[in-house]
Amino acid sequence: MSIDKDTVKRVARLARLSVTEEEAESLKGELNSILNWVEMLNEVDVDGVAPMTSVVTQEMKKRDDVVTDGNYANLVVSNAPASEENYFMVPKVIE
Amino acid sequence: MTDLTSLTIAEAREGLAKKEFTATELTTSYIKAIDGADQLNAYVTKTPEKALEMAKASDERLAKGEARPLEGIPLGIKDLYCTKGVGAYACSHILDGFKPEYESTVSQNLWDDGAVMLGKLAMDEFAMGSTTETSYFGPVKNPWRAEGETIDRVPGGSSGGSAAAVAARICAGATASDTGGSIRQPAAFTGTVGIKPTYGRCSRWGMIAFASSLDQAGPIARTVRDAAIMLKSMASVDPKDTTSVDLPVPDYEAALTGNVKGMRIGIPKEYRVDGMPEEVEANWQQGIDWLKAAGAEIVDISLPMTKYALPAYYIVAPAEASSNLARYDGVKYGLRVNGNDIVDMYEKTRAAGFGSEVKRRILIGTYVLSAGYYDAYYLRAQKIRSLIKQDFDKAFQTVDTILTPATPSAAFELNKEITDPVEMYLNDIFTVTVNMAGLPGISVPSGKNGQGLPMGLQLIGKAFDEETLFRTAGVLEEAAGILEAPAKWW
Repeated sequence: MSIDKDTVKRVARLARLSVTEEEAESLKGELNSILNWVEMLNEVDVDGVAPMTSVVTQEMKKRDDVVTDGNYANLVVSNAPASEENYFMVPKVIE
Repeated sequence: MTDLTSLTIAEAREGLAKKEFTATELTTSYIKAIDGADQLNAYVTKTPEKALEMAKASDERLAKGEARPLEGIPLGIKDLYCTKGVGAYACSHILDGFKPEYESTVSQNLWDDGAVMLGKLAMDEFAMGSTTETSYFGPVKNPWRAEGETIDRVPGGSSGGSAAAVAARICAGATASDTGGSIRQPAAFTGTVGIKPTYGRCSRWGMIAFASSLDQAGPIARTVRDAAIMLKSMASVDPKDTTSVDLPVPDYEAALTGNVKGMRIGIPKEYRVDGMPEEVEANWQQGIDWLKAAGAEIVDISLPMTKYALPAYYIVAPAEASSNLARYDGVKYGLRVNGNDIVDMYEKTRAAGFGSEVKRRILIGTYVLSAGYYDAYYLRAQKIRSLIKQDFDKAFQTVDTILTPATPSAAFELNKEITDPVEMYLNDIFTVTVNMAGLPGISVPSGKNGQGLPMGLQLIGKAFDEETLFRTAGVLEEAAGILEAPAKWW
């Protein structure tokens, strides 16, 4: 199975990455090379095999549903490229 | 006085305890050595003032007889760890100017044990690479060169800055991280010791995520003992990371008994890959002979799923990376490139901020997780992980540890033209199975090749049996002899 340039552009759109025509072209080759290589996984019979979900069996840790942290909105936004009064600033999203 | 940077962590600890020198003197020696090693490009951020401040506090503790396990030991921290008030970029342009407001659990554990921070060490961007050439801050040079040559070589990756800095004596030890071999491969390329502990042994809290089901913290150090000292401090049970496992951290140094008599060492036939260089094969045989001479029993074993580990990894890791890296959107931290609207801003920011290897992996990950492909790729790869784990479970019914080469070659030249990404991925062929199964693995220097470049062997252990790895690695280190420092050319 191989992917074409339009698929590369569609996937790039899903990943929110703008790619130029030339980049899409060279990525097409690189991605196909990787996808062809991983095709060998189809040789393996995985019928009845459970997917690995954790390395050691451990019961999911739970904690009491109480506030343990917070009250520092100023620190949360301190690295933002644009912020105002402890809000993240983004371009207008509704008309 | 001897050059203080020549001391191992164990030796420096002893010298400080005996008051032969102060933590400030030790730290000052390293700061000078770092400033003289700019050519290597191992440090992304230097923190000499912070280091001297921490060293001063250590000297006060030492004077009062209140030394902690790593009191006054100067360390480098991989750029992937969040360090409060000190830049953490994962060597990516997209994290431009990011200064975390919090400290990672692993680095906090080190400071709580008295260690001194020298600065942040270079890595492949987001830990994606095997050469440290994908760092936004430029490639790192391996302090080792082939005999009679002046050609620069890669230090391996992704923890190439950590490995190069330890080998060049510009830190006493360093933190690193390993998703597919990022501790063990650079350790092998630089004649240093690197251990990736069992998944869940170290907290991932405050480590910049690459592939969350594979990422694990570990140290790179000059000797097996130093690695044991560091891991003891780095590891902990952490409520902030639900995958950290509730087991007490043993005293790894106590495991260094030098005794492997009667231990059963597995030799997996599937690691004799086609086209393996003769020097790698010979070095492996040498390791087998050393352990045999020390009284261990050698057992041939089979790990039939080995060849599927690398392709399965290149589904699982990019899939998880594409999800983890979705957070870099130009809103919360780092780089922003303005656009016509918010989606345009996202796309432009991410296009400008990520390097080509990172983009490649995000796209592969997005593709294999996209509608209609999840079962064929990600789910199948996760099933194959179960089979890889079963191979190891079976092998460990008859052996205590497994010996393999660490890498398919010694350090290669910088700027090697590789057009096929798959060719570069093959660097991880011996290390990646361990991450897929979540097991611990250690890379230990095992002599030099014909060109005078360091080589390394890998030991793989049972889950949470790092002690056997340290003990066996200690025996290999003793037999191989601790490597001298690389000849200084920088």
